[in-house]
Amino acid sequence: MQTASPPTLTRSPDLDYEQFLREGRFMIQRSRSSGNHVFYPRIAEPVSGAMDLEWVPASGGGTVYSATVIRPRAPNPPYNVCLIDLDEGPRMMSRVDGIAADAVKLGMRVRAQIITEADKPLVVFTPQGDAA
Amino acid sequence: MSNFPRGKASVVGAATFGMGESPGFTAIELAARASLAALDDAGLSLKDVDGVFVALPEDQFSGLSLPEYFGLHPKITDNNRVGGSSFQTYAIVAAMALEAGLCDVALITYGSNQRSATGKLMTPSRPFPYEGPYKPQYPISAYSLAAARHMYQYGTTRRQLAEVAVAARGWAQLNPDAFERGPLTIDDVLASRMVCDPLSVRDCCLVTDGAAAVVMTRADRARHMKHKPVHLLGGASATTHRNILAMKDLTTTGAVDSGKRAFGYAGLKPSDVDVLQLYDAFTINPILFLEDLGYCKKGEGGAFVEGGRIAPGGELPVNTNGGGLSCVHPGMYGLFTMVEAVRQLRGDTGERQVKDAKVALAHGNGGTLSHQATLIFGTEETL
Repeated sequence: MQTASPPTLTRSPDLDYEQFLREGRFMIQRSRSSGNHVFYPRIAEPVSGAMDLEWVPASGGGTVYSATVIRPRAPNPPYNVCLIDLDEGPRMMSRVDGIAADAVKLGMRVRAQIITEADKPLVVFTPQGDAA
Repeated sequence: MSNFPRGKASVVGAATFGMGESPGFTAIELAARASLAALDDAGLSLKDVDGVFVALPEDQFSGLSLPEYFGLHPKITDNNRVGGSSFQTYAIVAAMALEAGLCDVALITYGSNQRSATGKLMTPSRPFPYEGPYKPQYPISAYSLAAARHMYQYGTTRRQLAEVAVAARGWAQLNPDAFERGPLTIDDVLASRMVCDPLSVRDCCLVTDGAAAVVMTRADRARHMKHKPVHLLGGASATTHRNILAMKDLTTTGAVDSGKRAFGYAGLKPSDVDVLQLYDAFTINPILFLEDLGYCKKGEGGAFVEGGRIAPGGELPVNTNGGGLSCVHPGMYGLFTMVEAVRQLRGDTGERQVKDAKVALAHGNGGTLSHQATLIFGTEETL
């Protein structure tokens, strides 16, 4: 029986994820044994428990799985909150920038970009192709 | 093969206290008042209680706090925290503990002063690092995402969502204890302020104070007490996620699983239920739960609730107290579904009474559709 030797974890993968973003890289995890991608960062693949997670670049492509517009009381403007299915499989919460908050449609193709907000790097999406 | 103790544990006392506004009281005081009222309803007293099951809005040690408050040294305590459906899980554990002889009288209780204290949902939940930066509004935006997906996939409409709110208000108008009893039409709901698309303020549950309690004991003892006993025929829960980003299919909840097992334990099917209490934090919830519990096919819940089907006079009575939408919602509503189910089976709910109700379902929801729990209660003749 082949067993993957556990990697030497030196710190929370949350910190690695954020550091990659600061370097301008949107990285997600993938299990070497199953090939499945994992998001949010974890110390093991859900269900299998495999600890053979490695960092790989996300393609940046995604599809809007669901979207809502949060409408705070004036004068605060409405904004969207979305669930994005990454092309690699995992889903993440994010938002779609570059169009009106209520113009985000389910099924829309979107592309990731890294911005800085509140002094932290953050992955948001913009419409891809004709929708832009 | 399960050994669920069908019909072996029974609710013998039930009460609510301070529903609506109870300024000047703390959460534990409200829970204590409801507890004493439920014990009185059962013809029991504090010293009879040897099992305590309790949640309070912000007290992670409520399993210690309430026993201390009452001077009790219970043999078993539980403050499992899975959201508003926690109380359903207490009833399941209490039934097993009673059957095993680990305790003889179980008190399940809850109290909250969130309306008077803060005017908004009081929760120990904190933003998840992979959701928080996008500023979701907890918990409504999670339910909005589910509703939006249901509309996209199945063509469900805002008008169908509004039917749920209007039905709840219809029931509330028959319940003198309900908090919101004014007139409400589908057009009123559609015209109300949009909070988080597609949910408007009238698609959202109330923010109230309130407390509730039920007392359970073994069925053989229950038969010799003040009220005719209400037996727990089946109960099951299901956990699917914590944060909405981890819910695989936003149109299908763990109620598929909890319902299937609860009905299995009870030896009943959906059509055997006379009255349903479905945790309605938002109007999308009963639509999802009617589908997932087997009352209609997936995707048909919107059409199912049209035409007042779940309203007074409709063919399927749902949320007969007025629900979280119009009766009471102090933050964790699950126990109120249980109290209303018990009262319907006792037959003492006055104008809103469902005639000859013998089987009642009390379904709880926790977190952001994260936890589902289904209880099925029955009268003596269902054993």
